[in-house]
Amino acid sequence: MGQLAQNLTDIGYMDTLAAGFTRLHRLDPRAKLLTTALFIVAVVSFGKYEVSALLPFLLYPVYLAAQGRLPVGHLLKKVLLVSPFAVVVGIFNPFLDSGVLLRVGDFGVSGGWVSFASILLRFFLTVSAALLLLALTGMNSICEALLRLGVPKAFVVQLLFLNRYLFSLTAEAESMSRARALRSAGRGGMGFGVFIQILGHLLLKTLDRAERVYRAMLCRGFDGHIRVARFSNIGRPELLFCGAWTALFIVFRFVNLPVALGQAVTGLLK
Amino acid sequence: MSHHIVEAQGLRYSYPDGTPALEDISLRVEHGEAVALVGENGAGKSTLLRHFTGCLFPAAGTLRIGGLPVAKEHLTEIRRAVGMVFQNPDDQLFMPTVFEDAAFGLLNLGVSEAQLEGKVMGALETVGAAHLRSRPPYRLSQGEKRAVSIAGVLVMQPDILVMDEPTSNLDPRSRRRLIELLKTFKHTRIIATHDLDFALEVCGRTIVIHKGRVTADGPTREVFGDEKILRLSNLEQPAALRKCPACGG
Repeated sequence: MGQLAQNLTDIGYMDTLAAGFTRLHRLDPRAKLLTTALFIVAVVSFGKYEVSALLPFLLYPVYLAAQGRLPVGHLLKKVLLVSPFAVVVGIFNPFLDSGVLLRVGDFGVSGGWVSFASILLRFFLTVSAALLLLALTGMNSICEALLRLGVPKAFVVQLLFLNRYLFSLTAEAESMSRARALRSAGRGGMGFGVFIQILGHLLLKTLDRAERVYRAMLCRGFDGHIRVARFSNIGRPELLFCGAWTALFIVFRFVNLPVALGQAVTGLLK
Repeated sequence: MSHHIVEAQGLRYSYPDGTPALEDISLRVEHGEAVALVGENGAGKSTLLRHFTGCLFPAAGTLRIGGLPVAKEHLTEIRRAVGMVFQNPDDQLFMPTVFEDAAFGLLNLGVSEAQLEGKVMGALETVGAAHLRSRPPYRLSQGEKRAVSIAGVLVMQPDILVMDEPTSNLDPRSRRRLIELLKTFKHTRIIATHDLDFALEVCGRTIVIHKGRVTADGPTREVFGDEKILRLSNLEQPAALRKCPACGG
């Protein structure tokens, strides 16, 4: 059951990354949040057969990872971990949409394969951007930013506690699962009956733990608002970051740069 | 009004399922005293500690912290005056880094960012954890976690320090460090513990709780010298007071 403990460490690792000191880390969280939201909206707004126009958008996650000095390999693994969801969403497209959409030499590519590729690319762009935002900002600062942007407090507190209790839930699940494994006499599966029992107990234990965590927070003056030590204000760097990327996203959205580039090159060759 | 005095008169409390936890607790803890709260498992120690921080309210009787009755309308002042260190540091530490965790309470008190660094680092230095400032709390050893959780409470400059089983899960060296640290504090200290040797070293006074009632209250040495009281509460004399098993002296 080391896997659960590993996952717990990984959740915490994103917060550790967010404690970095690069220029991007220091940027006001609102600027990063709004720019990333705009990026996601731009990426998902394309038609289902679009692939080439999405490629320039790769610049944004690459820039964030490079400037934030984030461990690309680790984040790619996280993206791959959730990729089965995207694969399941698009895997039937090649069978349902078999009309040939484009030809590469004598080889015809069906619309289904193109839309499948588009789904995978969009998934990669949006998930990696969200992960990078988390690794550059941290959950607490994102919540503080949401609050300052006028998102209702009830929603933000829910999000905060969801993140906080994820640790409690994983820690409890890990210790229960280890206790079961040690007394299971080498049998791997736990069977439906035992699984249900463990799940019920896990819920009760987690609620109990959550209660203790909440009490500890109250004792240190918690009033439904997590304040973060490092919260900057909107200044020149933030305006520059938001403005430059918004302009680029608009260009990427309305001008198919790879096609334009291809046409320019072939035009030159003619 | 002194913020450092804790006074309970005829305190009673039962859990919602009807289980009585505190039957009749009367005590007065003076400014700067270090008091050990001992008793068997389920005696009511933790329930009493929860009353001190306003996490529970008395069903009958009164409890006053620094002259203020523990009630909803005084919760902010009471939680400002009482610093609680929980039994399990993992329940207490939740921010991404040690520094941010120690700063959590201060930020809630509205301390400015300019003052934050000095105050937080001061508290971390007091508990010998300044070098851990950028570490994530979940990666620390049990002793380090305990030190950081104490720093997170100390930084708020409470008048009264309440601790629940502070030596549990600590290795002997970390336990020793904690004892030396607690001896330097001038706060009013109320410490629930099963570690009677620890209580003997740190606390001048001991209150024994048995089935929700105070069965003994006096100087620690005297209380621990009464074997009958200790046996009633499933406790054993601390090693420091026992006769030498080799020579009987």
